[in-house]
Amino acid sequence: MPPYAGPSAARAGDVAGTLRLLAYLALSVTLIVLDHRGGWLHQARQQAGLVVGPLLAVAGWPGRMAERLRDDAGTLSQLSVENRRLRNELLVNHARMARMTTVAADNARLRDLLDTARRGSLDVQLAPVLDVDLDPTRQRLLLDAGSSDGVRTGQSVIDAGGLLGQVIDVTPMHSTVLLLTDADHAVPVAIARNGVRLVAYGRGRSDTLALASIPLSSDVKVGDMVVTSGLGGRFPPGFPVGEITALRPDESRAFLVGDLRPAAQLDRGRDVLLLRSAPARAPIGPVDANVDPAATGDESGVAATAGQGADGRAAGSNATDQPTTTSTTARAAPGNGAPATEPVNKAANRTTHKPALQPVSKPATQRTTQPRETRR
Amino acid sequence: MRTHSHWVLPVSLLVALLLGLLPLPPMLQPLRPYWLALVVAYWVIEDPNRVGLGFAFLVGLLADLSFGSLFGEQALRLLVMAFILQRFRARLRFFPLSQQALAIGGLLLNDRIIVAAVQIVLGKPSLPAMFWLAPLAGMVLWAPVFLLLDALRLGNWRRR
Repeated sequence: MPPYAGPSAARAGDVAGTLRLLAYLALSVTLIVLDHRGGWLHQARQQAGLVVGPLLAVAGWPGRMAERLRDDAGTLSQLSVENRRLRNELLVNHARMARMTTVAADNARLRDLLDTARRGSLDVQLAPVLDVDLDPTRQRLLLDAGSSDGVRTGQSVIDAGGLLGQVIDVTPMHSTVLLLTDADHAVPVAIARNGVRLVAYGRGRSDTLALASIPLSSDVKVGDMVVTSGLGGRFPPGFPVGEITALRPDESRAFLVGDLRPAAQLDRGRDVLLLRSAPARAPIGPVDANVDPAATGDESGVAATAGQGADGRAAGSNATDQPTTTSTTARAAPGNGAPATEPVNKAANRTTHKPALQPVSKPATQRTTQPRETRR
Repeated sequence: MRTHSHWVLPVSLLVALLLGLLPLPPMLQPLRPYWLALVVAYWVIEDPNRVGLGFAFLVGLLADLSFGSLFGEQALRLLVMAFILQRFRARLRFFPLSQQALAIGGLLLNDRIIVAAVQIVLGKPSLPAMFWLAPLAGMVLWAPVFLLLDALRLGNWRRR
């Protein structure tokens, strides 16, 4: 059809064009409906897809290029933003983890305490620590439990590791614990391995105790576990006190002095256990029956040996005075003090007529088995 | 009309198809001009002897296959546009480029209406509002497309 046709020709062309349009329209509408309704065009479309695939790939190429370019160009800023974000997250996560660690440690400690109480089927009472007083002259704890909670003076205080100290002062709401490591504190102990009896003194430092006047001939070695001997009745026997970390001759060269690392965690934890009575089912039967009155006991008798706090040394010297009057202060004169400890026990063995001491001396011989059990 | 560059027609269609398939960022996606319509419009206006309703129909089917749209939908759209262009071709040819662009914009808008109608009839979800801005992009692009295709077809830049 010529571009510039006359009016009549154009009209004829118009009619023909309209008819063709209608035909094509009908065709396309049919196709649309067919495609929309049924899926029979699916096959054809899949075949076409094979041809169209490369077309799509070519079409996608500039997009991929642009994307790569943008990636490369935006890398620095993106990375720095991401870096900042990740750093923040790291901080937050660290904080979270630190909290979790604390909680986990708490949990472990409480579990230990619970375990301790359960293991020896001890009658204990959990007491929160209110205040800690750790300086060279005073090593004390203030507990948030007092006489209204059943706390009494003289009770032994332990934690998961071992002996902590003893209660020396009780008010209705609070009580004060003298720690093993107080310079005024001494506790009668025995080597767990062989039952050699010694006295452990506090030094005013929370990480060490002193063993004084160890006879050169006695079988004491570095690494030995030291447990309470129960002598004197103030502390029940068999609680871990510490481990010997060093032994050296004293000035007189006649005795050894030793360093002891406390078994209890004196500078850690927020709760302690107050021992209400000695192990109910300890391996040695008669001990418990007799230690009980001693532990609950009156400070009147011989029960107050070396472990009685500020005036403990005086009491201790009283106790040691019985067999031999020579020892005034065990630490000041180790040469004299050392034999003093030995006679104490001999005296204990000899003076079997004394009810308080008699049972205590028995476990001294059998102690080799007992502490092992408490140590597991 | 001299037609000594026969390769321009298929190549322009291919390029239009590719441009239609070109992935765009989601924000620009609704503004994608209907390249194929621009190219078909050019050929309907400039080369009516070779390009008519049948050509538009076939190109539409091809586009449907490539774009994955409903088979026949683009055929219908291009058919309607080609028919209207054929009717007004004599007048359109002598319009200045700006008026041509306006007319093309109108046609593209009409195209959009057809799409919307098809969608509604077939019960498909309606298109977003941004979708109606695509004719504007097509209108703006008409002049460059027209000049470029003219230059390729005739071998030199035509003065208008």
